Amino acid sequence: MDRIPILRMGRFLLVTIQVDMHDQLATQLQDDLTQQIAKTKARGVLIDISSLELVDSFMGRMLVNIALMARVLDAQTVLVGMKPAVAITLVELGLSLPGIRTALNVEKGMALLRASLAEETEDAEDAEDAHGEA
Amino acid sequence: MAKREVLPIRDQSDVVRVRHSVRVLAIELGFKVVDQTKIVTAASELGRNTLVHGRGGDCTLEVLEQDGRRGLKLTFQDNGPGIADIQLALKDGYTSGDGMGLGLGGARRLMSEFDIESAPGKGTRVSVIRWNP
Repeated sequence: MDRIPILRMGRFLLVTIQVDMHDQLATQLQDDLTQQIAKTKARGVLIDISSLELVDSFMGRMLVNIALMARVLDAQTVLVGMKPAVAITLVELGLSLPGIRTALNVEKGMALLRASLAEETEDAEDAEDAHGEA
Repeated sequence: MAKREVLPIRDQSDVVRVRHSVRVLAIELGFKVVDQTKIVTAASELGRNTLVHGRGGDCTLEVLEQDGRRGLKLTFQDNGPGIADIQLALKDGYTSGDGMGLGLGGARRLMSEFDIESAPGKGTRVSVIRWNP
């Protein structure tokens, strides 16, 4: 059965969608990613859709679901590479992507994930310090 | 360029095939990339409706010429259970399945013209046209 590959890069998972997905493939990716986040204890998921010529309501829902499930599993999701025509169409379709952060390309997306992970670690350290002083 | 093509919609890969054929024809007709994307996205929504709600059917692709401009017409036809309340089905957020309820209303916004005929037990036919320019 067809599957979209999920790559592991340190604490992050990287998915590049390069085929025109039928619905089953999109659902499969959602399941696989959720499993992989739990298995690898990933803290971030980067989804590159720069090859996607369209995002319709089904794919949009899949992306939102991935972000929600990732959040519950303590991982952040960043969507990168959306084509301008796809973005315009999504808005007109009436689809918003709540809970999903976006970046222009993979590089910026990785930077965003690293920055937010560093921030979280700092916050945790601050909390620990405060606890120690008390 | 009078052209007419009928594509079956029996499974999910047929919907992908419809998207592909619609894209090819939209490019042939000189639609801009944004318009191509809107047309293909509308085709995807309507094709999925035909498959999931209509239990399969077909899509007819036609090239129209009117007043010196060309249009791409897509007609999705099924013999499924039909829609009892079309106004309700067109409303954003209303869904009878597990989708987001943006399919019909969204497809209507993405195209220039939209027409729907349906009744319980009589199947559903949705026609959409996008004109260029």
